[in-house]
Amino acid sequence: MSSSPSLNTWSDALSGFSIGWFPLGLVIVAAIPLVFIALYALTYGVYGERKISAFMQDRLGPMEVGFWGILQTLADILKLLQKEDIVPTVADKFLFVIGPGILFVGSFLAFAVLPFGPAFIGADLNVGLFYAVGIVAIEAVGILAVGWGSNNKWALYGAVRSVAQIVSYEIPASIALLCAAMLAGTLSMQQITMMQAGPGGFMHWFLFTNPIAWLPFLIYFISSLAETNRAPFDIPEAESELVAGYFTEYSGMKFAVIFLAEYGSMFMVSAIISIAFLGGWTSPLPNIGGLELNTMTSGPVWGAFWIIMKGFFFIFVQMWLRWTLPRLRVDQLMYLCWKVLTPFSLVSFVLTAIWVINH
Amino acid sequence: MQELGKAETNSTRIIRQDDKRVIIEKDLDTEYMVLSMGPQHPSTHGVLRLECITDGEVVVEAEPYLGYLHRCFEKYCEKVDYPAIVPYTDRMDYLAGMNSELAYCITVEKLLDIEIPRRVEFIRVIVSELNRIASHLVAIGTYAIDLGAFTPFLFCFRDREHIMSLLEWISGARMLYNYIWIGGLAYDVPADFKTRVAEFVTYFRPKAKELYQLLTENEIFVKRTYDIGIMPADVAINYGWSGPMLRGSGVKWDLRRNDPYSVYPELDFDVPVPDGKFSVVGDCLSRHLVRALEMEESLKIIEQCLDKMPEEPNFNSRALIPKKIRPKAGEVYGRAENPRGELGYYIVSDGKSTSPLRCKARSSCFVNLSAMKDLSKGQLIPDLVAIIGSIDIVLGEVDR
Repeated sequence: MSSSPSLNTWSDALSGFSIGWFPLGLVIVAAIPLVFIALYALTYGVYGERKISAFMQDRLGPMEVGFWGILQTLADILKLLQKEDIVPTVADKFLFVIGPGILFVGSFLAFAVLPFGPAFIGADLNVGLFYAVGIVAIEAVGILAVGWGSNNKWALYGAVRSVAQIVSYEIPASIALLCAAMLAGTLSMQQITMMQAGPGGFMHWFLFTNPIAWLPFLIYFISSLAETNRAPFDIPEAESELVAGYFTEYSGMKFAVIFLAEYGSMFMVSAIISIAFLGGWTSPLPNIGGLELNTMTSGPVWGAFWIIMKGFFFIFVQMWLRWTLPRLRVDQLMYLCWKVLTPFSLVSFVLTAIWVINH
Repeated sequence: MQELGKAETNSTRIIRQDDKRVIIEKDLDTEYMVLSMGPQHPSTHGVLRLECITDGEVVVEAEPYLGYLHRCFEKYCEKVDYPAIVPYTDRMDYLAGMNSELAYCITVEKLLDIEIPRRVEFIRVIVSELNRIASHLVAIGTYAIDLGAFTPFLFCFRDREHIMSLLEWISGARMLYNYIWIGGLAYDVPADFKTRVAEFVTYFRPKAKELYQLLTENEIFVKRTYDIGIMPADVAINYGWSGPMLRGSGVKWDLRRNDPYSVYPELDFDVPVPDGKFSVVGDCLSRHLVRALEMEESLKIIEQCLDKMPEEPNFNSRALIPKKIRPKAGEVYGRAENPRGELGYYIVSDGKSTSPLRCKARSSCFVNLSAMKDLSKGQLIPDLVAIIGSIDIVLGEVDR
């Protein structure tokens, strides 16, 4: 970690470099690698989901393209690229086209503030956490545009359900994240991570340093499932009720973009929960006497490895739930949000405040 | 504060406060939306179409429209010979072909008044109980999918595959068997039939238990089905419901017990009805529960049949099949307990022809579905899906 400030200076200098108005340095340092990490994670997220679901269901999953079907996602992307780009004649063309874009932007903008290691963060905003929570809300606009623009009753149902769900669940999710911010005393993602770094590895994580954090941790995890429309809260795209929910009319690359946005937000919430409660890019291994496991497994490359691993772990849990549980009903979902999660998040907020004051 | 009553529109309430007119409540203009659910919809189990009038998420009224799979079964019956009708019965309830064949064959045998060899009877019961398990597995699996759980569906189909391959081994076909013939069977069972069926029974018992734990005892599943779509027993009887639907409403009515046919009187099995502890009697969960418990009873029946089935060397399953079936003039109604309820055939013979003068099929699914309009009133769309799933329709039998 000693290397991190110097690396930061170096990357700061490079990101300041620009040709005229075009921020070339920023694109090279932050945007391109971030999008690559995200896309790489997504491609294998999709592959992982198919394999995990297959193993849970006594199937093999994709096996044909490449060794054990490892190139299946690429083949799918190629297939989607070749598809005809259909816009229904009765659709609102502007909304129909712009909707997937808003969704994609909403889910990928948050990657800018996610620290993928001590030296690597797109923009270390001092309101990083606030920004991440806020920017996700743009997705609601995208979903509404998609659902309304399709001019399809199922899509409309899906969009209305989805927006109601996202807006409701943002409240417990934000309050839960606020607990982490209180424990860290800052909203900067990098600072929150730094607060949880130390030679003790996982023992410095917020989840283990205090007796309350498990409650906001659980609340945020449940709310994040709802925010990303994952089972058992996949009500907006409930296949058996609403055909395909808000993206019923979409096909080809537009569908792929929506799909990508969905997996992007899945990875994003997984990364946020790891940063807020599980130490982000810090290594979980503690230094035990002379055996300095933590020091050995820290650093820029290890940092990226750890946060991606933590992200994948939560994605795995999300998939595990998805392939096990049935779907809740709309009113049950709202009941859970307003009558269970929101009061408990307020309780955890107060308890965390008391704990922070006394320590 | 004085209310001025309703003005402007019906939904606007105006009050007077501090000598000013204040509109305190104004509903936005809302209108009902007609939502055509199906025939291409993931949860209408084939080609059922429901025209729902919805008020937001609430279904004000749902009207089922049928006929997308109509294949003139009854007209065909008047044109072909008695034995040639058997393959058509397969295509009615294609998830339980053996049961449909059995119901038809016992009806014609009643008309012909012929005696069936005991070995044939036992084989018939075994294959139709196997098919009942397969059918219930589809019902439970698709119901799980309707409620958003995908994995139980594939577990069900994995286990059903064993039954399919067993029946394929016996009859040569996976779904449309044409195996039970009037007066006998198309073929005798293969040599190690008993061992393979017994193997299946030992394989399936723990799997059924696993399925029960995974789905029936799942908190969310119970939440989604408990107290939804309640049908009181008397209304169910008035609608003419039968099978798991009627038993779900708490009526202990099973034709294998109440109007026994074949060798069922010799067999020992229970007729599960919900006791109202785990579910509200008559709700979707009860109907699901009846199906889940019935699979175990079918396993019991199969085990007993395997024990009791007589071994006859040089057995010819076609020995008693009449060369030309020309029943004496008269009419008959025969019925059997299908996985979905009472499947009955009403056959009129004129005594001269080799094909029936009239053959009417009393379809259980059709009768069960007729209550849809009643059940769906005022439900949410997700509950409507849960109700359709619990009725467990096969459109092949509804439309015939």
